Amino acid sequence: MRKVWDLIGGVHPPENKHQSVQESIGTLPLPEKLVIPLNQHIGAPPKLLVSAGDIVLKGQPLAEPKGMVSVGVHAPTSGQISEISDYPIPHPSGMSARCVTLIPDGKDEWIEHKGTDNFRDKTPEELLDIIRSSGISGLGGAGFASAVKLSTRQPISTLIINATECEPYITADDMLMQERPEAIVEGIKILSYILGEPDEILIGIEDNKPQAYEILESYLEGTNIELVEFSTRYPSGGEKQLIQILTGKEVPNGGLPADIGIVCQNVGTTHAIQRAIVHGEPLFSRVTTVTGKACSTNRNYQTLIGTPISHLLEYNGFDQSQCSRLVMGGPMMGLTLENPEIPVIKTTNCILAPTEDELPTPPPAQPCIRCGMCAEACPASLLPQQLFWYAQSQNYERLEAHNLFDCIECGACSYVCPSNIPLVQYYRASKGEIRKLAAEKVNADRARQRFEFQKARKEKEEAAKAAKREARKKAAEQARAKAANTRTSTEVSPAATGATAKSSAADDIIKAAMARAEAKKASPEEQRAKLERGVVRAESHLETVEQRLQDLDSEATDKQREQAQAAIEDARLRLEDAQSKLKAAPEPKPDKAKEVMAKVQASPKEALEKKIATLKDRINVTEEKIAEAEDDALKAALQKGLEKQQEKLRDAEQQLTEAPAESTTAISETEDAAATAIAKAQAKAAAQASMSDEEKLRANVTSLQTRLKKAQERLIVAEEEGSNHIDALRTGVEKLQAKLNSAETELSELS
Amino acid sequence: MALLKLTSPHAHTAQSTADVMKLVLLATIPGLVALTVFFGWGTIINVFIAAAVALICEASVMGLRKRPVMFYLKDNSALVTAVLLGLALPPLAPWWIPVVGTFFAIVIAKHLYGGLGYNPFNPAMVGYVVLLISFPVQMTAWPAPAPLYPAEIDVPGLWQSLQIVLPFFNEALTGTVSGSIDAYTAATPLDTFKHNTGLLVEQLYKKDPLFNQGSWAGIGWEWANFAFLAGGCFLLYRRVFTWHAPVAMLVSLTLCAALFYDGGSSSSHGSPLLHLLSGGTMLGAFFIVTDPVTSATSNKGRLIYGALIGILIFIIRSWGSYPDAVAFAVLLMNFAAPLIDNYTLPRTYGHKKSRKATEKKDEGP
Repeated sequence: MRKVWDLIGGVHPPENKHQSVQESIGTLPLPEKLVIPLNQHIGAPPKLLVSAGDIVLKGQPLAEPKGMVSVGVHAPTSGQISEISDYPIPHPSGMSARCVTLIPDGKDEWIEHKGTDNFRDKTPEELLDIIRSSGISGLGGAGFASAVKLSTRQPISTLIINATECEPYITADDMLMQERPEAIVEGIKILSYILGEPDEILIGIEDNKPQAYEILESYLEGTNIELVEFSTRYPSGGEKQLIQILTGKEVPNGGLPADIGIVCQNVGTTHAIQRAIVHGEPLFSRVTTVTGKACSTNRNYQTLIGTPISHLLEYNGFDQSQCSRLVMGGPMMGLTLENPEIPVIKTTNCILAPTEDELPTPPPAQPCIRCGMCAEACPASLLPQQLFWYAQSQNYERLEAHNLFDCIECGACSYVCPSNIPLVQYYRASKGEIRKLAAEKVNADRARQRFEFQKARKEKEEAAKAAKREARKKAAEQARAKAANTRTSTEVSPAATGATAKSSAADDIIKAAMARAEAKKASPEEQRAKLERGVVRAESHLETVEQRLQDLDSEATDKQREQAQAAIEDARLRLEDAQSKLKAAPEPKPDKAKEVMAKVQASPKEALEKKIATLKDRINVTEEKIAEAEDDALKAALQKGLEKQQEKLRDAEQQLTEAPAESTTAISETEDAAATAIAKAQAKAAAQASMSDEEKLRANVTSLQTRLKKAQERLIVAEEEGSNHIDALRTGVEKLQAKLNSAETELSELS
Repeated sequence: MALLKLTSPHAHTAQSTADVMKLVLLATIPGLVALTVFFGWGTIINVFIAAAVALICEASVMGLRKRPVMFYLKDNSALVTAVLLGLALPPLAPWWIPVVGTFFAIVIAKHLYGGLGYNPFNPAMVGYVVLLISFPVQMTAWPAPAPLYPAEIDVPGLWQSLQIVLPFFNEALTGTVSGSIDAYTAATPLDTFKHNTGLLVEQLYKKDPLFNQGSWAGIGWEWANFAFLAGGCFLLYRRVFTWHAPVAMLVSLTLCAALFYDGGSSSSHGSPLLHLLSGGTMLGAFFIVTDPVTSATSNKGRLIYGALIGILIFIIRSWGSYPDAVAFAVLLMNFAAPLIDNYTLPRTYGHKKSRKATEKKDEGP
């Protein structure tokens, strides 16, 4: 006998399994319609392949998986799609979701399908593809895509088949093991082959299924599969709990069983995988237990996915007047259905219709006396009484410190609570609230980061500008000093021979400074072009901000108006600065124009090269991330990103190779454009350079006059409209007037 | 068709809080019987007065708080408090002793703090300590065990006991002043040890009838403690509480007593057996220390909580001014329970080590 570990905590509710194992797995007549929800698993919803009115055959895919963690659905029988619409689905919230409604034609006509005689002829990857395209997700619990679970990258040393079925009432897996042991064993062999033949293969089964144990055991002779029986205790069938019972190991917090070399599959899923691979049958039906005293017959049925629950109940003598509630799943973790038209889905292992005697309506909750029975029952070693205390006071920090998120919601705590407190409900609500707050916090953090980054970038730009200004100022000073120096040195040279050594050293410094200044001036055309652009920008900016001030509607606050005015002032200063700089810029030399063009020509190629380099960097980073990523879903997403990046890189490289050929024409075009621009700038600069001070002043006066006129017009318009920023406009006009006056006086003085 | 919407789990054990309380009440019966056998009807009278006052107080508070009165009365929690206080009080104490104590326990210690489940201090022990500090004369007057009564005095029967407890009633009825309790009182084993100055433990055990007629810890007292131990074992068997707190308390008390026994000299504080089987040790260990509302939460925490109570009991008994110390020790540790809880969270499945309750968030959901 293999050593088994004890389940931590746990409870032993009345099993109530005998009622539904009296008869073999039955089949029911086809229902009038099948309603097949598209998303029956954890993960991305699949892509719809059919539309209303389509005739489909049994086994035909209705939707195909989209993305890595996604599962398709298939037609359970032949018929016509009557509609694709939102329909109530089994969900704790009672929500509706996208469903395909299929009206069976009664012919039950198969689509062409083919199984595999010997699965070892195919590679594990091919088998995984079949599992994926056959719509197989976990039939035992949460419904996780089986192919994803099986395509683990960690080496697997133990495969565990979960035949525990620890919830009371449910016997679907029990009956499956009794009736189809051969298929299950073959399914286990397939799983083992896919996982690279793990050292250990264990089937975990509770000791309340002696028949299943015996039958299965007889099929295990000559295999390396070990059937391990342990005492019945809920929730030993939880994946983490079963792993602990069979191996003594714990799945690390936040990790997956694969992290400790274990893969766990439900026995029903194993059977479905065998059907898919050996017979080519996708997953469109499952064994479902119909039980509870409100039904006159309790039995298991091979049920088509999409069968309305009411159809199952109807054939089992359901008496609604006797029924206390309708549960999908077991009495410990099942969810109540408000509507019996809700369909059977891939995870529907049981329909429980209990009477009031069986599952009475809970009495009102009494105060928690902290008796600690819940803590004794908790399989995760949590302190449910403390969690309840903090859930009531919404102390989320304490809840997380008490590991609320390790709660598997098995319900053992609520089951034993003498005060009838619906503990699990409190935990679910708190988890939802914490998740919501966390999501909100992520968003807020992102916004803050964006803001901070923007601020830092602006500061950096500002600092760079200031540094440049400082450098220019220094260069100018040095140049002036040099000029003065040469003058004095020539004057004093005959008398100051003794100081030659000193002055030569000074000369060196000055020379270096001059060289730097020269280097700065190396491309005056560029500088001019830049300055001109700056002026244009400043002008347009000024106009924009002035416009903005006008556009401010009457509701705008004083603060906003103040800001707008400040912005206008700022823009005006910048414009003046840009203009003066442009004036101060030296005249360009025509022979330098070629250099500018060279730069223009070179840029597309350089840009491409730069782009390629950055793309390569990014690809490297993504590859590293993939290597580090542990989560399959994340990995898939990263892989996708990587592919996109590689595609971009290829594009860029392609462009680069084509670039030289194209650029000849591009160059000539840019050459023309650049040449005209340069010519214009030269003309303007020449005109300005040739202007005397008087002429400059005069030009200034004219431009001021036009601006003043414009501003006055605006002011008039604003006054007519009764706009709120008349004051601002008025000050602007006054300022302009003052400037104009001073310029005019200056001019008159000159002339 | 409309169907009931409920969240899982749907199944539920039949046991209710009222049942748990009933089990506790049931488990006190052996102790009550033993006390009655050895110390007369006084304890039963105490229990009845306390129970009546408790129910009245509970009902009035619930009425004032506009809660369904019957729903809360039915949880039996007030009865448990009353019975435990009644058992702890000296038999034949005047009627107003249980009345004042129970009022304090229910109204002040329980309901002013939010009612059942919210009280930080054990209500019965609060009531007891208030009485002990306010009325030390009445609270230290224990009747002698029945077998030690002088030949000329009869053990008071039920009628006589009632006359002693309810003197005004007696006067109104018969016009005579009822007998004083003083005629019946005697020192308790712990008193005897506290005031023993000249005798070796062995001599004391031989000389004092309290010990020489008993076996380990004084006649009567040892049997009352055995009875409470039996009741406690029943509750353990029925899984009403875990073994951690009571066992830790008894073990630490035993160890302390063994450490300071000093071979039975005249300054000895008594043998481990004396400490285990006299005073309120067993009542405290199984009915007071195990009160889930006011004790530490986790099993590890309960071990620490129980052990510290045991140590405090020994310290106060040996060097404090009161002969017994269960109530003080329990109340002091009630203060410390939240602190113990903070450092004794169990290790959750899949986690490498346990966390602190006040730990700040460092990993997201």
